Amino acid sequence: MSDAPPVMLEVKDLQVAYGAIKAIRGINLVVRIGQIVTLIGANGAGKTTTLRAISGMVRPSAGTITLRGQPIGGLASHQMVRLGMAHAPEGRGIFANLSVEENLDLGAYIRRDRAGIAADKERALTLFPRIRERLGQNAGTLSGGEQQMLAIARALMARPTLLLLDEPSLGLAPQIVQTIFQIIRDINAGGTTILLVEQNAHMALNVAHHAYVLEAGEITMEGPARELARSDEVRKAYLGGH
Amino acid sequence: MKTLAQHIAEVSPSRAFRPALMLVPWLACLAVALLIHYAAPMAVNDYWVNVMRRMGVFIVAAVSLNIVNGYTGQFSMGHAGFMAIGAYIGAAVTYYGSLLAHGSTNDPAFYTQGVLLMLAGILAAGCVAAGAGLIVGLPSLRLHGDYLAIVTLGFGEIIRVLLELTSTQIYDAKEVTLGALATFPLNGPVGFERIPGYASLFWIYLFAAITCLIAFRVKMCSSGRAFLSIREDEIAARSMGINLTKYKVRAFVLAAFFGGVAGALYAHTGVNPSPTDAGFARSFDIIIMVVLGGLGSISGSVLAAIILIALPEALRDLQQYRLIVYALLLIGMMLLRPQGLFGVKEVWDLFRRKPQPKDKDPHGPARFASAAGTTGGAR
Repeated sequence: MSDAPPVMLEVKDLQVAYGAIKAIRGINLVVRIGQIVTLIGANGAGKTTTLRAISGMVRPSAGTITLRGQPIGGLASHQMVRLGMAHAPEGRGIFANLSVEENLDLGAYIRRDRAGIAADKERALTLFPRIRERLGQNAGTLSGGEQQMLAIARALMARPTLLLLDEPSLGLAPQIVQTIFQIIRDINAGGTTILLVEQNAHMALNVAHHAYVLEAGEITMEGPARELARSDEVRKAYLGGH
Repeated sequence: MKTLAQHIAEVSPSRAFRPALMLVPWLACLAVALLIHYAAPMAVNDYWVNVMRRMGVFIVAAVSLNIVNGYTGQFSMGHAGFMAIGAYIGAAVTYYGSLLAHGSTNDPAFYTQGVLLMLAGILAAGCVAAGAGLIVGLPSLRLHGDYLAIVTLGFGEIIRVLLELTSTQIYDAKEVTLGALATFPLNGPVGFERIPGYASLFWIYLFAAITCLIAFRVKMCSSGRAFLSIREDEIAARSMGINLTKYKVRAFVLAAFFGGVAGALYAHTGVNPSPTDAGFARSFDIIIMVVLGGLGSISGSVLAAIILIALPEALRDLQQYRLIVYALLLIGMMLLRPQGLFGVKEVWDLFRRKPQPKDKDPHGPARFASAAGTTGGAR
């Protein structure tokens, strides 16, 4: 694999414990520039915890995390944003009592280039026309799908090089899920590297280049997403195949 | 990095630096203060003028507490503590300053030394309260919800006890020495007496208007959005790159400063500040104003302060039943509008169907304009 793109994010021997409970038992993963990498697994497998450890929301008990070769373990999450990593948290985490536009502006909180912010907002609104119609509305009045779109659009406003998405399909109607995943593909085509955590393995394997399967805090399988989607074990466990 | 010249070149003409225009809001504050100062005595009797002075003081207190409890959603219960610090600092500067300067607390000439001493006292009060806010805020703002409430509640009580331990007031100008002042002659549990009542309607409403203006500008700038985002969702706020502790402390210190100013004004309205002013009851009065007006709404806090000061006075004829009526009104309020009078909105937002993105009014929802975040960006 000498022609593989350079590494964006590398996680080595990552362990995370909540008190005595070991949520992550030493996992390794690599995200290469320009890829969509997905982390799939059942409830409680440790997907969200992995993502939170990467974005600095929880402190790992062991292991190293490097972003473009630079170690970032131990940095606070608000510093990660400045390094180009944006995290769209699980459950969307939109600011319900602020307007949609204020939500987007907060996404660009760390930036001071006004022209660039305006251009990126325009780009985000082109990506999500539904959001444009609701700019002045309170974000809490949006539907679940729209809130997820807003959460992704808001994360993009930081102009990240690496976007962490935590279960963007959670609680959404199948048709909206289709739309969201199409947009995830578009975002990636625009040059943003994506680490996607999903329970919806079918959709995730469909868009991703590379995939990891997480079970009880350990990675049990990895490989190109297409191959994993064909493998019998994954089909049985996650895709409902026989 | 861009040079300052490049930044200035980028600023659109409508936002260009125009000193005359920038003065307008401050002149409006002055106009409001002058209007109230001269119009109020014509409309109401002396008793109500005094009630209005109290109202002004509590507008400052409620609006400043709103920055912490309303904007950032941190439940502080120690605002009376900051107010009491401010009251004692302000009173001490004026009282002992007057004794040192001209041997008595009578102002020698109209609007001269006395008022200047009061203004110096107000500034000192704000700064000391802000310092106290920093000391209390740094460790305690890492706590959440109930824990922060308990810590700040304890802070108010600590201030109360400390004030009770101060030594007897010095009445003779000749005895006022540096050594004597070092024993904190603030009159212990009796309460600090004989403070000249320099805080006329003009000064009180000038500071009230300035507090509202600053609180409003904070809400509209990118720092303000950061404050509001912390209240909405801390995890998401962190994901946006917002340093939670830094912003919580910033809000807390700002609120403490104006809490101190409110206290200093209060001390100059002809009352004797006493240690009980730092206690839980006073803090709770201010919290009720903020909650009643709507967490995050400045005009709501102003209106609630006016109502909650005026109501007990207006109901005075009902004698002992007035507290019952007062309580019933509050209960009714909580049942009918639990989000407070205005929620997070301002009074003028209620008369608007939809926020208009291209609003010309610089204080209206023009903050939705595409280049929002500019206030922070221009720094």
